[in-house]
Amino acid sequence: MFLAVASGKGGTGKTTVAVNLALSLETQVQLLDCDADEPNVHTLLSLDVTETKPVTTMVPRFDESKCKRTKECAKFCPNNAIFVSEKGITFFPELCYGCAGCVIACPNEAIVEENRQIGVTHHGQAHGIDVVYGQLDVGEALVVPVIKAVKAAAQKDKEITILDCPPGVSCPLVESVHGSDFCLLVTEPTPFGLHDLKLAVEVIRRLGIPHGVIVNRAGIGDQEVYSYCEEEKIPILLEIPNSRDIAELFSEGIPFVTRMPEWKAKFQNLFHEIQRRLTQ
Amino acid sequence: MKVCVSAQAPSLDAPIDPRFGRCATFVFVDSESLAFEAAMNPGTMASGGAGISAAQFVAEQGCKVVLTGNVGPNAYNALAAAGITVYVGVSGTVRSAIEMFKSGQLAATSSATARAHAGMGGGRGMGRGMGRGMGRRGQR
Repeated sequence: MFLAVASGKGGTGKTTVAVNLALSLETQVQLLDCDADEPNVHTLLSLDVTETKPVTTMVPRFDESKCKRTKECAKFCPNNAIFVSEKGITFFPELCYGCAGCVIACPNEAIVEENRQIGVTHHGQAHGIDVVYGQLDVGEALVVPVIKAVKAAAQKDKEITILDCPPGVSCPLVESVHGSDFCLLVTEPTPFGLHDLKLAVEVIRRLGIPHGVIVNRAGIGDQEVYSYCEEEKIPILLEIPNSRDIAELFSEGIPFVTRMPEWKAKFQNLFHEIQRRLTQ
Repeated sequence: MKVCVSAQAPSLDAPIDPRFGRCATFVFVDSESLAFEAAMNPGTMASGGAGISAAQFVAEQGCKVVLTGNVGPNAYNALAAAGITVYVGVSGTVRSAIEMFKSGQLAATSSATARAHAGMGGGRGMGRGMGRGMGRRGQR
C-alpha cells in the first residue's frame, strides 16, 4: 500500500506523522521523503546513508558542424531555451525542461541527448525502516524529476510505503501523491491550517485519492477545521494534542513514539482504520 | 539601415515600450526613409523565455540594431550572439528614438540592463541599470 502524508500548509506535522507512523507499524515499511527541496525525514530518524545516486535530466548537445540553421529546434522548444541565428546556436540550460523534443525536431541530427545532474537520492536504513530521500541541487529549478527518482527507488516487495510529501498544492505535491492508495492530510486547527487544507482537498479529490485528516496541535486555534471536515464529510482519523512533551521531543529531533509508546497503538489503529476504509 | 524599436503600438508616433522581451509590438524602421513595418512580438505570449523568443523573431527579420528601454540577460545574450547591437534607455516615441539614434545620442549596451522576468506584469517605471549584467550564459 502506498500511503501519502500531505498537508498544503508547511509545518503542520507531515514528517512527524510519517515517521511516527512508520515506527509504530510492525510490518515491513519503507519511507520515501518526497520533499526534495527540504527533506527532513532523515534528520528525525538519524539516518545512516549507505548509498547516494545522481538524478539527471536530459539536456541537448549541439553539433554546430551538422547544424544547417533550419531553426526547427528553436521553433519546437516550448520554453524558448534555444536561440538560433546565422552565427550559431545559443542554449539557455536553465529554461530547458529536458523534453528532448529538439532532438527529434532537428532534421540534420545535429542534436544529441546528454545528461546533467540536478540532484541526488540518498538511501539508508534507520530503526529497521528503509528510507529514500531526494535532494535537489542548489540552483536547480526542477524538483519533479528528483521526486520521480525517489518514487522509482521504492522497493516493490514492501507491504507499506509511506510518502512524506512536500507542502504546497502544485506540481511537486501532485507528483508525490500520484498513484497513492490513500492520502493523510495533516492540518492544524487554525485559519491558516484550514485555508491550505481546503486547497489540498481540492487537489486530492481531483486526483481521486481516498483521504482523511489528522489534526495536529489539537486544542489551539478554533473549531473551523472540524466544521469544514464535517460539512465535507472528510473523516478526522487522528488528533495529536498540542502537548509540550511532544513538542520538546520534536525540538530535540526525537520521534515521540520512541519515548511515548502508548502512541504506537494509536498509530496502529489509524493504519487499521485506513485499511478498513480501503476494503469497504 | 533597418532598425527595430520596441513599441506599445504599430506606428511611428507610438510610445516606446521600455521592455524588450515582452513589448507589445516591434516597429522595424528604415532609418533613412522612415518607411516602417510593424509586427506583434511573439514573446508577449510566451510562458517562458520571452526575451529569447523576441530575439529570435528580430534576428529573423535581418535586423542588426535594436532600440529599447531595457533588455534582460537572456534576450541580451541571444541578440549579442546574432551580432545585433542593442541601444537601451530609449524613451519618447518610435520617431524620436530613430532621431536620437541617427544623431548619435544613444549608447549601445554591452550587457543586460534588467533582471530576468523584469518585463512581466505591467513593466512600467523601470529605470536604467537596475539589473545586473549577466554575461555567464554564453554559447555552448
